[in-house]
Amino acid sequence: MTGRLFDKVWDRHLVASPEGEPPLIYIDLHLVHEVTSPQAFEGLELAGRKVRRPDLTIATMDHDVPTIGLDKPIADELAAAQIARLRQNCEAHGIVLHALGSREQGIVHVIGPQLGLTQPGMTVVCGDSHTSTHGAFGALAFGIGTTQVEHVLATQTLRQVKPAAMAVTVDGELPPGCTAKDLVLGIIRQLGTGGGVGSVIEYRGAAIRALSMEGRMTVCNMSIEGGARAGMIAPDDTTFAFLEGRQHAPRGAAWERALDEWRGLVTDSGAVFDHEIRVDASTLTPAVTWGTNPAQSVSIDGSVPDPASFASAAERQSAERALTYMGLQAGTAIRDIAVNTVFIGSCTNGRLSDLRDAADVIRGKKVHPSVRALIVPGSARVKADAEAEGLDKFFTEAGFEWRSAGCSMCLGMNGDILSPGERSASTSNRNFEGRQGPGGRTHLVSPAVAAATAVAGHFATPGDV
Amino acid sequence: MAQTPTTGKITTGIKQVSGTAVVLDRRDVDTDQIIPASWLKRVERTGFAPGLFGAWRADPDFVLNRPGADQAKVLVAGDNFGCGSSREHAVWALQDFGFQVVVAPSFADIFRGNCISAGLVPAQVSEEGVARLFAALAADEGAQVVVDVAARTVSIPSAGVTEPFELADFAQWRLLEGLDDVGLSLRHEAAIAAYEGNRASWLPTLTANVPASA
Repeated sequence: MTGRLFDKVWDRHLVASPEGEPPLIYIDLHLVHEVTSPQAFEGLELAGRKVRRPDLTIATMDHDVPTIGLDKPIADELAAAQIARLRQNCEAHGIVLHALGSREQGIVHVIGPQLGLTQPGMTVVCGDSHTSTHGAFGALAFGIGTTQVEHVLATQTLRQVKPAAMAVTVDGELPPGCTAKDLVLGIIRQLGTGGGVGSVIEYRGAAIRALSMEGRMTVCNMSIEGGARAGMIAPDDTTFAFLEGRQHAPRGAAWERALDEWRGLVTDSGAVFDHEIRVDASTLTPAVTWGTNPAQSVSIDGSVPDPASFASAAERQSAERALTYMGLQAGTAIRDIAVNTVFIGSCTNGRLSDLRDAADVIRGKKVHPSVRALIVPGSARVKADAEAEGLDKFFTEAGFEWRSAGCSMCLGMNGDILSPGERSASTSNRNFEGRQGPGGRTHLVSPAVAAATAVAGHFATPGDV
Repeated sequence: MAQTPTTGKITTGIKQVSGTAVVLDRRDVDTDQIIPASWLKRVERTGFAPGLFGAWRADPDFVLNRPGADQAKVLVAGDNFGCGSSREHAVWALQDFGFQVVVAPSFADIFRGNCISAGLVPAQVSEEGVARLFAALAADEGAQVVVDVAARTVSIPSAGVTEPFELADFAQWRLLEGLDDVGLSLRHEAAIAAYEGNRASWLPTLTANVPASA
């Protein structure tokens, strides 16, 4: 056998392969949120169609929910109306909704795995590009647009041209202090923003196998930042241990049958990929982005690059534009860059393990007086679990704001934003111009670097503080 | 109005586009730039034109602020256009402003899919071809650009430039005919039902046993 993990999952989901048309693939789980679904439900209703499989559809509220003052009505009228619309749509179509204020509400890519809904070999889609997160379980998971959301609601399938298969093989061992976030930023730096276009990435190699499920989710989450359709990691004992006993995981004899099936979800030796890159984990260091796309990062030990140092005219132009927007001078040491805001959260780094990483750095220290620091747990459950461990006390005593779950400052839809010219160290996934608020300047980092930076007031590692 | 699933025609097709173009000589134009997140609270598919390139339009010299830009039908841009967020609102905003075609050396996958869904033509022209279009439009900003979806070409007749573009056959057919993909897929209802009959019983489902939390 010379099958690849991706082929095995793809082939099992082929519903129809009509001549001259892209095949239809079946969707095992459809995640829905308030922002990219209203027009899809409207289209469905205008066409007189129903949701085919409400039992394979789950909804939550995350993108524009407030993270403070949940006991009060939502002040933003547009957001309130959009959230109310999701509630109406879910009621009308019989879709399970984890609404704002409920125990399982949270960022859609945090709650799927948390509930055990994301399982190896499944197909998972959502009207959100970071759906690639679920690939950490050996699922084929990718983001779709609103018209495709409508298509999945109506048919439980998607029409998809089969992407190419790319291997990203990460050999060696991550040095101490280097996290999954630093690894994926290193991969994207090498791959470029468009290097993965048209491909599904399989992350392979010793450094990937050594990652926890949370770390694997961080890596797969950012596949889209390298342009890839999806990212996948073959399931193994780490995956099975994470899943066992979760609410929606199979139990008893069904668990054993599922395990038999899941153990076969590996790329066979001798399989060939359409593209392959190799990364040596042992060469990586904590990463900080300096520009306005996630491929523009450098070691925290380094400095802001000189645009003239880039090989192509397009890259030089892009770097010059980025430095102007970011208000940075080439040659400035990364550690000399001061920040106003630290944001720890998002579907990339808003899980309990990320909060623990940050807490380990913060213990007994204080947030720098010139820094506003926010912790936004990825889900209500993450928040409750962190509070049960007393992490909230560490954070609030250190001067962090302890918020409720949501996407928050990752995309700045809910009012948690940077002011023009403000600079953040953020554990999120995109440093695009204005991503965290118009004129805001975003630097992507790991939770540990974010926490150390909050203490120092400028970019720092835990060792520095 | 209910559509007939068997035909699924929901829009008029797009066969040829003739009009002026706007040049946006930047690569990695992400969908956060095309339509900023503050606009995503709308529950409609229309009304996004004022938000198109919202932050960049604050600069009076930005290309969309030039006289005549609001009449343009074609946007010519750099590599990896539409990267980032999956928001289809980016396509709706471009259409709402008046664009019917985006020409670029490459498109991000989700954005390209959203274009086909919504009927905006993603014309993928070679890097060299886009450079020739940039040059012709630099020489004559008001030149007429003709995009022929059936022939898969972008031309500037006054400059004698014609560039082929890549567009998959099925996507081309849907754009030409204005076809609703849901209607097309529902032709395979029997295959979908048959597939569902064979799914593993242990796969997760959301049922009354797992009620929505209050």
